[in-house]
Amino acid sequence: MTERYAVQMQGVVKRFGDTLALDGVDLAVPAGAVYGLLGPNGAGKTTSVKVLTTLIRPDAGTATIDGIDVEKNPDDVRRRIGLTGQYAAVDERLTARENLVYIGRLFHLGTAEARLRAGELLDRFDLADSADRVVKGFSGGMRRRLDIAMSLIANPSVLFLDEPTTGLDPRSRLGMWDVIEDLAADGTTVLLTTQYLEEADRLAEQIVVIDQGRVIAEGTPDELKSRTGGALLQVSIARAENRELAMSVLTPLCTGRVEVRDDRTFEAPITAGDRVVPSVIRALDDAGVDVLDVVVRRPSLDDVFLALTGHVASAEEATS
Amino acid sequence: MNRLQATLHDSFVEAERHLRVIPRNIELLIFATIQPIMFLALFAYVFGGSISIPGFDNYDQFLMPGIFSQSLVFGSAFTSIGLAEDLSKGLVDRLRSLPMSRSAVIIGRTVSDLVRNLLTFGVMLVASFLLGFRFGGSVTDAVLATGLLVLFSYALSWVQALIGLAVSSVEAANSAGFIWMFPLTFVSSAFVDPSTMPGWLEAVANANPFTVVTNAARSLYNGLPVGNDAWLSLAWSVGLIAVFSMIATRKFARSTSS
Ligand SMILES: Nc1ncnc2c1ncn2[C@@H]1O[C@H](COP(=O)(O)OP(=O)(O)O)[C@@H](O)[C@H]1O
Ligand SMILES: [Mg+2]
Repeated sequence: MTERYAVQMQGVVKRFGDTLALDGVDLAVPAGAVYGLLGPNGAGKTTSVKVLTTLIRPDAGTATIDGIDVEKNPDDVRRRIGLTGQYAAVDERLTARENLVYIGRLFHLGTAEARLRAGELLDRFDLADSADRVVKGFSGGMRRRLDIAMSLIANPSVLFLDEPTTGLDPRSRLGMWDVIEDLAADGTTVLLTTQYLEEADRLAEQIVVIDQGRVIAEGTPDELKSRTGGALLQVSIARAENRELAMSVLTPLCTGRVEVRDDRTFEAPITAGDRVVPSVIRALDDAGVDVLDVVVRRPSLDDVFLALTGHVASAEEATS
Repeated sequence: MNRLQATLHDSFVEAERHLRVIPRNIELLIFATIQPIMFLALFAYVFGGSISIPGFDNYDQFLMPGIFSQSLVFGSAFTSIGLAEDLSKGLVDRLRSLPMSRSAVIIGRTVSDLVRNLLTFGVMLVASFLLGFRFGGSVTDAVLATGLLVLFSYALSWVQALIGLAVSSVEAANSAGFIWMFPLTFVSSAFVDPSTMPGWLEAVANANPFTVVTNAARSLYNGLPVGNDAWLSLAWSVGLIAVFSMIATRKFARSTSS
């Protein structure tokens, strides 16, 4: 037997009526790793998480947690996992502390132990000041933190976070990133799903890209970025009437098509590491084009997604 | 902890979650108290003078047990709304990902709704006494009558649990949980003697389990012979609980937010 994975899916298929939500998903997360499951809305992220957390049964394939089959021994699996679903699963009528003690008691921790754990988690997630307030008045960020704290009450070895920052304001999102980074530092295995490419890049050591129920790529953020074959050169010129001229100068120096961003800005792929930039500036200067700005950027995961799927994965345009 | 102990423990934790918040929702508490009193007073004063029922020299003695019965049955709708809310908010997902008893979430919910219904019932009983209602039989009879009504309401809570898990939103649960209660409670012996209804409707009313339960409780409250109604109503309640606890628990084990 090979390495035992904390989370594993092999050929998992799930159908909802006519929708093929998962079309043979393979996934293997080693213990202690933080993996990002990245994909646009409807890709199959939540369905994957639900299969792994025993909420829905796959139509085909197997899923295991610490080697334990989710279908055959769901209760053993449930003892090892923590789930923070796509919607903050808290009881709004209770206080933050009551929510935590409540879940602790359902884990049969005993009331005293549950209270102790609740106190620790409230401190750790910066909720101590609001511990005895009813959750109904909490902000989105506070609810999310409480939600994660609730899924940690019994010290799970694997934590699932389904879109932990969707719907949060930018500041709460940054706070949530810190929380998740701390968890990772503690050695908890984390599988997080996200539509935000930036988020996967920042938090996950390994990213699994999923689209229409299939895994279409996997690698470290850097590996995925290099799939687009190098860097992107962005040139801004001073006068729009020089556009045609600038394009004709740039084209032979680049490895692909020159894209027009706006009247005075162009973007084109170049081979990373080549000394292209000085020659570009020199060539444009020789041709009499005034250059305002030249920027070389490594491709974002957005570019990666476009290269992999032929369509853009934009969290902004993906609603519902 | 063995399985049964675990189920009892988890059910208790769930029931406590709902009971501890009752005093926090003052509006709901006021509404739950005023509504039955309003019903009692409206029916008693609006219809009181115009309706006479054979065998009862006073319509109130006939009517009030019917209103008790109806209020308790309406109270069961809290179960569908509450479960639909837990489901749509993702709490059911969380609970299903825990190594807890499967039936505990619904047992805790139905038991806490039962306690809430008993509170409302207590208020109503006091109000009915102020309006002139009296037990015609022994206190034991009255306790038995109350027990039959409460048990039937508890049985319908399990039906409501299934509805709450089957619909997709709290709003839908609100309609789906209430709508069938109107024919159930009006096409019955709760407010009038079914023999005054058109023939086919009378047949429906007489076959209605709500009629059986209401008749049993009414007879016991008034110290009249109860006949087979007590056993029949017990059988209805136990049968409904047996069937719907099984279906609802199975449904719960497959429910997840959408
Ligand atoms: N309960 C369901 N019934 C029908 N279709 C579903 C259900 N759950 C998910 N789907 C469909 O399955 C696909 C994958 O959904 P999901 O896993 O929720 O995607 P994601 O979480 O990546 O946005 C989507 O097309 C979605 O509409
Ligand atoms: Mg999702």
